[in-house]
Amino acid sequence: MSKPVKERERIVVRFAGDSGDGMQLTGDRFTSATAVLGNDLATLPDFPAEIRAPAGTVHGVSAFQIQFASSDITTPGDHADVLVAMNPAALKADLETVARGGVLVLNEDSFTQRNIEKAGYTADPTQDGTLDGYQVYKVPMTSITVRATEDIGIGKKEAERAKNLFALGLVSWMFGRPTETTLGWLEKKFGSRQEIFDANVAAFKAGYHFGETTELFAESYKVEAAPQAPGTYRNIDGATALAWGLIAASQRSGLPLLYASYPITPASELLHELSRHKNFGVVTIQAEDEIAAANIALGAAFSGQLAVTGTSGPGVDLKAETVGLAVIMELPMIIVDVQRAGPSTGMPTKTEQADLLLAMYGRHGESPLPIVAASTSSECFSAAIEAARIAVRYRTPVILLSDTFLANSSEPWQIPDVENLPEIDPAFATPNGADFLPYSRDDKLARPWAVPGTPGLVHRIGGLERQDGTGNISYDAANHELMTRLRQAKVDGIADDIPPLDVEDPSGGADLLVLGWGSSLGTITASVARARANGQKVATAHLRHLNPFPANTGEVVRKYPKVLIPEMNMGQLAALIRAKFLVDAQSYTKVQGLPIFAEELEREIARVLDE
Amino acid sequence: MSDVVQNGGQAPGDAAPTLTKKDFTSDQEPRWCPGCGDYAILSTVQAFMPELGIEPHKTVFVSGIGCSGRFSYYMDTYGMHGIHGRAPALATGIAVANPELSVWVVTGDGDGLSLGGNHLIHALRRNVDIKILLFNNQIYGLTKGQYSPTSEEGKVTKSTPFGSVDHPFNPIALALGVEATFVARTLDNDRQHLTEVLRRAAQHKGTAFVEIYQNCNVFNDGAFDLLREKSQGKHNQIRLEEGQPIVFDDGNRCVRIGDNGRYEIAATAETEPASIVVHDPHGRPSLAFALAHLSHGPDEPSAIGVFHEIERPVYGQAIQHQLQAATERLGAGDLGALLHSGDTWTVE
Repeated sequence: MSKPVKERERIVVRFAGDSGDGMQLTGDRFTSATAVLGNDLATLPDFPAEIRAPAGTVHGVSAFQIQFASSDITTPGDHADVLVAMNPAALKADLETVARGGVLVLNEDSFTQRNIEKAGYTADPTQDGTLDGYQVYKVPMTSITVRATEDIGIGKKEAERAKNLFALGLVSWMFGRPTETTLGWLEKKFGSRQEIFDANVAAFKAGYHFGETTELFAESYKVEAAPQAPGTYRNIDGATALAWGLIAASQRSGLPLLYASYPITPASELLHELSRHKNFGVVTIQAEDEIAAANIALGAAFSGQLAVTGTSGPGVDLKAETVGLAVIMELPMIIVDVQRAGPSTGMPTKTEQADLLLAMYGRHGESPLPIVAASTSSECFSAAIEAARIAVRYRTPVILLSDTFLANSSEPWQIPDVENLPEIDPAFATPNGADFLPYSRDDKLARPWAVPGTPGLVHRIGGLERQDGTGNISYDAANHELMTRLRQAKVDGIADDIPPLDVEDPSGGADLLVLGWGSSLGTITASVARARANGQKVATAHLRHLNPFPANTGEVVRKYPKVLIPEMNMGQLAALIRAKFLVDAQSYTKVQGLPIFAEELEREIARVLDE
Repeated sequence: MSDVVQNGGQAPGDAAPTLTKKDFTSDQEPRWCPGCGDYAILSTVQAFMPELGIEPHKTVFVSGIGCSGRFSYYMDTYGMHGIHGRAPALATGIAVANPELSVWVVTGDGDGLSLGGNHLIHALRRNVDIKILLFNNQIYGLTKGQYSPTSEEGKVTKSTPFGSVDHPFNPIALALGVEATFVARTLDNDRQHLTEVLRRAAQHKGTAFVEIYQNCNVFNDGAFDLLREKSQGKHNQIRLEEGQPIVFDDGNRCVRIGDNGRYEIAATAETEPASIVVHDPHGRPSLAFALAHLSHGPDEPSAIGVFHEIERPVYGQAIQHQLQAATERLGAGDLGALLHSGDTWTVE
């Protein structure tokens, strides 16, 4: 006798536990199964800053949130419909994320007096009314897992550790997720270690059967597959997408990729991922510091490679002088900034988008460079290729902005056909018998890229101001003004080489334009959809090029009576838009280390329209 | 004695390029102060480079900020005049990207041992195939006379009018301490000695560290006079020659193993011949380290020549081997396969 199944359009599930409880793994596996089933999805891993805070404390809670639906969704959800809490600390930390009336699945075995106190509760929250208004399910996950694995020859600690697979099994049953994906993955990962494999499978199945069999859960849910255009898909996170985009740019340009960086949260994954692909000719160098990384990349750029250095905010600070050198040397180089909450050390594992003005102005002197920003996890792939295209074509360093949220969260991605990816032509300088002029320029104001080893093009470059054309050191007054303006004009001219800003305005006469950049896209899409459903006339536009802006940007922002710019900073894009276009753009700012939520932006849109 | 290849980079049957000093001399007129030691170094380097048989277009000079930084403009090769202290890092990128190039770094006691210290020590540790020439004049010349990390204690300068309270580095000992595989010292105006050291450095596989005592006649004139052969060198230069007992001062003084195994300078006449140290730059650096510490600085008899020379895997080559091994094991990278790797699903 099977239980009734309720259909839902969308669900937000959040897994939370101790850092050592395997919540990220559980979340990843649930995501895989969900992707295979065909739901649209978005994920948000929520890591603590410390590697292993004291077990059972709120500081060590690690969570993974996923929203999945039978329709198009663009955010991981403002609130959780279901919270799986592996211990009291997880409950304490994450209860506030759960929607009113939401489901709480608690690991009953871990709600001991000691753990309850360690979490900072004065009394047992399951007894004292704290959880009134939620649907609470207390499941003895640890003890069932231990019992399920008792015939397999592993120790008690190992057995207890498998409780995350129990949780995964239970939640997989709750939402009708296919089990083959998880079982297949376990086989691949643990197939060679029989006992570990058997224990994890047993735990997973125990969780699944628990849901199916016990009377605790009266019903399960199903969320149908979302309509997707024909094609082949995979789930991808921003870090992987960005790394693969760089490899794609290397392949499509014929330039060997050299990635030099220094480990820093949340950019280290780029280094790890790229370091695995040596059979693509990718050289990765873990430099002694951030500045060395930038200089090693710049030296490789001089030598004719696709040179990249990746970091987060603190590293961009350190690289500033070197990036300025790249600007005056006019060499192609990509600086990836995976933004995180600042200032200074800030909150290393929390997201923010507050490095825009740093990217624009963060070098002394007049030091312009192009800026590209990814808007979704999967878009990190094409953003990387675009950054490479601009860097190579214009012989310039380019700053590519991503953020913690994009890097860590994942979504389905229609895999592009490699043949359709843009080609990039390095157009190296070749000797033509005449004297070589390293600072001559083509119609895009780009100078020749003359690579050491090439006869007939021997020249010297450096950080001192150089004479237009010859590239000799020059202190001439008129020359410095000319070169300063040329460097600016070169970057400005890129506006003719990028797509116009696309505006979506179904009403045709919107009263408000919501303008965004970076990872706020998902939230803007969701909140504006709700606003439109409420009859409001709202237009949206999203910038992927922050310098230069697309050529029609001024026209766009001047067209609407009101312009609202939501950002996870104190109004940085707004400052640029206001300064350049003299429009009274309004900011909605959030600096909490969290994405902007759709419902808070929906409220703000309504408020602004009412003004 | 050198076994330098005269035919570098040429296919058999091609005429060897007859390179001359002129081929390595750019059209830029050097603008150092008259009497600067850099002129002599420049001239010697320009005269030496043809011997390598490597054409100028396959050669790169990378310099930093300082008077030494201007060096790259005067060599008619590819060159990068980088920012302060970063030349070893720039050079690492160049050398790794193209192992066929002959890559030279010109730096100074400020550029290399102060702001650039970190990059210098890591380049030495990694054994990148670059030749580092550090012009040590024990002062900051370009910025007009502040003390440097190699200036002696108590030195009165623009920024230390009461005398410096800093203790100086011993660059040779430092290089040895950070695992350098080739460490040498020479003098700016000893053309023959400088040439021989450059030759040994160029032959070395990996990073070569060459400290060149260089006279800044405007801000620190005469710092190395004690070691100058014309005036007093014969008495104070301890010339290291592989396989030779270390004697100097016309043979009157020697380096011997003294009490507790420490090396010391002594009168040859009062020394058992068996306890005179025979120079051996190979093997562990402890001998070289002891020689580096024979003196506190160039105001005492000091060793010059090749202190240390060993072989270790070269950084850029190790990287290339890894790329090749990975390609052999996994096959050349297939972008389409990569994008489709892992879990995928198809919607019809």
